[in-house]
Amino acid sequence: MKFTEEHEWLRTDGDVVVVGITEHATTQLGDLVFVELPEVGTVVTKDEEIVVIESVKAASDILAPIDGEIIEINEALADNPALVNEDAVGDGWFVKIAPSDTSQMDEYMSEAAYQAHIA
Amino acid sequence: MSEPLLTPLYDLHIKLGARMVPFAGYSLPVQYPSGVMKEHSHTREKAGLFDVSHMGQVIVSGADYDTVATALERLIPVDVLGLGPDRQRYGFLTDDKGGILDDLMFSNRGDHVFIVVNGACKASDISYMQNALPDVTVSEIKDRALLALQGPRAEIALSTLNPAVKSMRFMDVKSLNLVGTSCWVSRSGYTGEDGFEISVSADHATVLANALLENDDVEPIGLGARDSLRLESGLCLYGHDIDDTTTPVEGALNWAIPKVRRLGGYRSGGFPGANTILRQLDSGTKRKRVGLLPSGRAPMREGVKLYASQEDKPSIGVITSGGFGPTVGSPVAMGYLATDYATVGTQVFGELRGSRLPLNVVKMPFIPANFKR
Repeated sequence: MKFTEEHEWLRTDGDVVVVGITEHATTQLGDLVFVELPEVGTVVTKDEEIVVIESVKAASDILAPIDGEIIEINEALADNPALVNEDAVGDGWFVKIAPSDTSQMDEYMSEAAYQAHIA
Repeated sequence: MSEPLLTPLYDLHIKLGARMVPFAGYSLPVQYPSGVMKEHSHTREKAGLFDVSHMGQVIVSGADYDTVATALERLIPVDVLGLGPDRQRYGFLTDDKGGILDDLMFSNRGDHVFIVVNGACKASDISYMQNALPDVTVSEIKDRALLALQGPRAEIALSTLNPAVKSMRFMDVKSLNLVGTSCWVSRSGYTGEDGFEISVSADHATVLANALLENDDVEPIGLGARDSLRLESGLCLYGHDIDDTTTPVEGALNWAIPKVRRLGGYRSGGFPGANTILRQLDSGTKRKRVGLLPSGRAPMREGVKLYASQEDKPSIGVITSGGFGPTVGSPVAMGYLATDYATVGTQVFGELRGSRLPLNVVKMPFIPANFKR
């Protein structure tokens, strides 16, 4: 698992990369009430806004951590955005991306480096 | 920016694990570890304790109540003179254009008036009143904290400290001994729930807060839930839903201006902006504050522009407060709409991230008020 400075996690699952936000991020954001996901098939570029999340108080953007195509979105979040708070690194994932350049993963932090980053 | 001021409850907030934010010049808790949603629901179901010590507490005194009330009616277009002893009322200060300088709660405390004003406005309100009303004395109370205990269990919780609170009705005020000190208690608040606001000397504030928090039904509540609670209850936030560019009539606060201050009334006018406000009460305004219920799940917040249709060019209004309503279970908002579109049931569209999403004009509050009348 890799981590970005924007508090996203990336988990390689075969040929795809699953993307979500960290527990630390959900603690900072508070209870999520709305998640807007991109359409399956969207081709995204690194650092492009792909997801909008809203807590009770504010909206935030989630950026694509890598180039690729959105091949699956977490439909369950539409009815139950609180899944992100309950299980940020599991059931609370946002999108699955088929990456076009896996070397982009290399620049991100390991779990230990991320824990040090937020400490 | 200068360092934020601390309220007498600051150390308690830290001990309770609050996340502190700067607000109206003070460091205040935006939420505690349980989070905004749980804090909101807890207040609706049981009782929440809020630190609102940033708000301005002001005493206006003079020869007697009528002298003070007569003076205040030169600045406030509501019925101050007719307010009975130990009663509280909502009002606002207006300017020469009819705009709202601040909204406030005032109470008749026998020989003087006690006013609670917004924290961000208190310095300007006080100097304005002092300059405009040389015939009375306007003093800021700086040595008292202000706590709010809100929710259906508030009465039971507070009555363990003094059973006399049970005899108070909505908008009653009373001086009561709580934790060994005289507190100024009103049966009112900013959540749409039954509850109390308690002015307590700064050196007893933590003792009182702890005494209330000892009750299993009482949890500390931050500014985040305070905002969602007041929004669901259709209550205005000064500086957002009303300000000096909105008149009380545009702000749908007509109900606060009684017949006696309107055209033909015994004490008609005589306050700043009276010409504008009295004319608008008679012949209406071009825009009006309304409740708005987004049809989808996406919250629409302050600043979202409103349109008559998916295509129409000119905007017909704007959202001034919006977010998720935890008790309603969906997004809720309020804002201004051109009067032609302000009728309950009208569908309008809000522009969010490039798309126009439907909202309906609805009656406020979004949930029924739960006062002990």
